[in-house]
Amino acid sequence: MKSTRKAYGEFLALLGEKNKNVVVLDADLAEATQTKMFRDKFPDRHIDVGIAEQDMVGTACGLALSGKTVFASSFAMFLAGRAYEQVRNTAGYSHVNVNLCATHSGLGVGEDGATHQCLEDIALMNAIPGMTIFQPADDTATKKILEYCLKIDGPKYIRLGRNDVPFVYSEDAKFEAGKSNVFGDGENGTIFASGITLAIALDAQKELKEKGKNVRVVDLYSIKPVDKEMIIKCAKETELLISIEDHSIIGGIGSIISNVLTEEYPKKLIKIGVNDKFGKSGKAEELYKLYGITKEDIVNKF
Amino acid sequence: MELEEISKKVRKDIIQMIYEAKSGHPGGSLSCTDILVYLYFKEMDLKKDKFILSKGHAAPALYSVLSQKGIIDKKELKTLRKATGSLEGHPCIKTKGVEVSTGSLGQGLSVANGFALAKKLDKKPGYVYVLLGDGELEEGQVWEALMTANKYKLDNLVIIVDYNGLQIDGSIEEVKTLDNLEEKIESFGINVICCDGHNMTQIGLALAEAKQNSTATCILANTIKGKGVSFMENSASWHGKCPSEDEYKKAIEELG
Repeated sequence: MKSTRKAYGEFLALLGEKNKNVVVLDADLAEATQTKMFRDKFPDRHIDVGIAEQDMVGTACGLALSGKTVFASSFAMFLAGRAYEQVRNTAGYSHVNVNLCATHSGLGVGEDGATHQCLEDIALMNAIPGMTIFQPADDTATKKILEYCLKIDGPKYIRLGRNDVPFVYSEDAKFEAGKSNVFGDGENGTIFASGITLAIALDAQKELKEKGKNVRVVDLYSIKPVDKEMIIKCAKETELLISIEDHSIIGGIGSIISNVLTEEYPKKLIKIGVNDKFGKSGKAEELYKLYGITKEDIVNKF
Repeated sequence: MELEEISKKVRKDIIQMIYEAKSGHPGGSLSCTDILVYLYFKEMDLKKDKFILSKGHAAPALYSVLSQKGIIDKKELKTLRKATGSLEGHPCIKTKGVEVSTGSLGQGLSVANGFALAKKLDKKPGYVYVLLGDGELEEGQVWEALMTANKYKLDNLVIIVDYNGLQIDGSIEEVKTLDNLEEKIESFGINVICCDGHNMTQIGLALAEAKQNSTATCILANTIKGKGVSFMENSASWHGKCPSEDEYKKAIEELG
């Protein structure tokens, strides 16, 4: 088990050695976002602007426009939320080649409660033209996706989590913008997941199999662009469609899948996620139960 | 050509462009004209220096200067704010000579900090100049960015404030007040130099002094909103208004 934020920190520390052009920015959360791993090794290339996320995004853009390879981090709430307009008007409108890596997304933040649990960041980032959004589900996915981000132009939003998640992917797994990864080929249903919900979906898949239901799980690690072909394929080939996310169902992956279905292959989608509510304090696991984002919530739909 | 002569041309362009576009911001474009002209025609080495117009609504002044430098085509000026045109109402990175899109106030200084930091990290020469409006200083991000400029001792950064004293809803004093602005900025660890923002000699001296300092410098350039057109001068109502035909003719006549 390892959190995707930790995988991010490890990736940066390694990349910093190979690539002297890398600069990492933080806004007083280097311990939490794990950019401290980079800071400890390359203090001169770690820019901490203090508790000033709007300034951080602008500074990151200035560095990136100067040709630096830039990663900027904060909690999702403050990076996509507080600094939304800077991301939109500076990073987005100028199509800056910058990696915005948001940790502590969703209810997974836990005890800190609603003010720190960003449940709208996918909706916000998805609406920005030219933005690419990834949400890795484990250690390998995080590192491979970040490596991939170095090869693509424009602003990238990478949604990371606070809590440990199981290792899902092997070293030969592939990640690409606009693609997805499929687990299984069951025809009784498709569970679309992303980030921390991939492990939940895979658990549900196992339990459903024991109950005689064969479902497939699709990891929508690339949220923008989304793998339209895979969504349509699954809609055609499987009976029940379910999405599960640690995000509001308004504007999250459920909404994104719905958009594809309405335009291409109208079919019902059951959206599991936070249903038009703010979060609250509690252990992450307790919150997932309280908000109905669990394996059982998937299994019960079949 | 004398800098003052170039300024006169830029001011005429501003009036012409806004009149043809039927919208735009004459007041704040005219107030920062002399500063822009000095920067582009006397101060900057465009091979190594960078400029950001954080007060993006003064875009007509920037476009005119860019066209006179030959960076954009003079013909483009007629396309300002038009759906079929190439010049946006606020600077867009797609326009040649524009380093970053600006216009949503308060964001340019942070980007300038990033430019200046990159130069330091890469040990590259040159200065980064950023022009802010005085009303823009009401945006909190500016003060976040001033703290960053101080923290990293960005001695290759020159901040210029077009201190014309007016904003959309009235005078700065009425709307929010910037009491003791000089002291405020100084207390953030930034050097402050005051000058007459319409006097080329003073602008030049202020810039020369700014480059001697060991940390970031902010030049408070005292200016007159609407400078050069009598009926636009010192009037908040000319912040974002297009002149009528009569007003247009009178303005062009006054500018000679």
